[in-house]
Amino acid sequence: MSIAATTLDAAHEALPDSEAGPAPKRIVVAYGFWIFLLSDIVMFSAFFASYAVLSSATAGGPSSAALFNQTRVAIETACLLASSYTCGMMSLAIKSENRIGTYVGAAVTFMLGAAFLTLEINEFASMAAQGATPQRSAFLSAFFTLVGCHGLHVSVGLLWLIVMMAQVAARGFRATVQRRLLCFSLFWHTLDIIWVGIFTVVYLMGIVA
Amino acid sequence: MTATHDDRAPGYDTAPADRQAETSSGLLVYSIGLILAVILTATSFWAANTSLLWAPGVPLGLAVLAIAQMGVHLVFFLHITTGSDNTNNVLALAFGMLIVTLVVGGSLWIMANLNANMMPAPELMNLHMQR
Repeated sequence: MSIAATTLDAAHEALPDSEAGPAPKRIVVAYGFWIFLLSDIVMFSAFFASYAVLSSATAGGPSSAALFNQTRVAIETACLLASSYTCGMMSLAIKSENRIGTYVGAAVTFMLGAAFLTLEINEFASMAAQGATPQRSAFLSAFFTLVGCHGLHVSVGLLWLIVMMAQVAARGFRATVQRRLLCFSLFWHTLDIIWVGIFTVVYLMGIVA
Repeated sequence: MTATHDDRAPGYDTAPADRQAETSSGLLVYSIGLILAVILTATSFWAANTSLLWAPGVPLGLAVLAIAQMGVHLVFFLHITTGSDNTNNVLALAFGMLIVTLVVGGSLWIMANLNANMMPAPELMNLHMQR
């Protein structure tokens, strides 16, 4: 079985695309999820556009330069980037069906993601304490929509990670579980890409301007 | 049998030695990605805070660094490459980038144009009339 499958794999590689037959389910699933992620990116691009248009519409309220704390943003960025890396380590452990490696990778990814979320909630709370709530100005509405939506995605990702670890514990590395884990890692890396846009457009350009 | 084969991820049936090689090359790819991403992020934070650079050019530089970092994440973390398995992913990405460019670029262009052509505030209008 194993040898036959390997030769089939090899045949799959050697044939031209037009004759190779249907792609493996893993490729198809990843493609479908990639299209969902791109639609999510398009949604974020609308939030980015509205933020960029409204970023100077402070209506006499606090401006970006007065509100943002660069050190906190740097720590948040480091947390998310490191969690992206550990998520990659988790994917490698899944590929070699290493249970301990998977759990350790997931635990570190989860803790870094939770640290990011804690910092972000702290930031929102301190802004609210200064009277910088979403209803204060168009700038703040756009800010909370964009950054809050990203934070919401991170929270959903953390929940998803817990569910996936429960599935690994209960069902092991089945093909279905592996495909779901692949989708999770794509989701998590995409959140990091969106954060690159946020720390550049919202925080760094806000400090420069 | 073909059905079970299609259900399995490539590399599922590889020998342990190959698997080890796969893991270490994967580790290398993620590590290169991390190093590049850290360098680009650090450069962004430096560029935003330094007074060495020509200030009006900094936002453009930050945008370029961010786009470069997004590319690094796509290639090294999401593995969007030019392989034949990836053609559809690349095409979908290209379409996504077209839409993102139209939405962001178009909004900024239109709103900047509207702002520039905006009627002056009422007080200024009155001054205009009185003259």
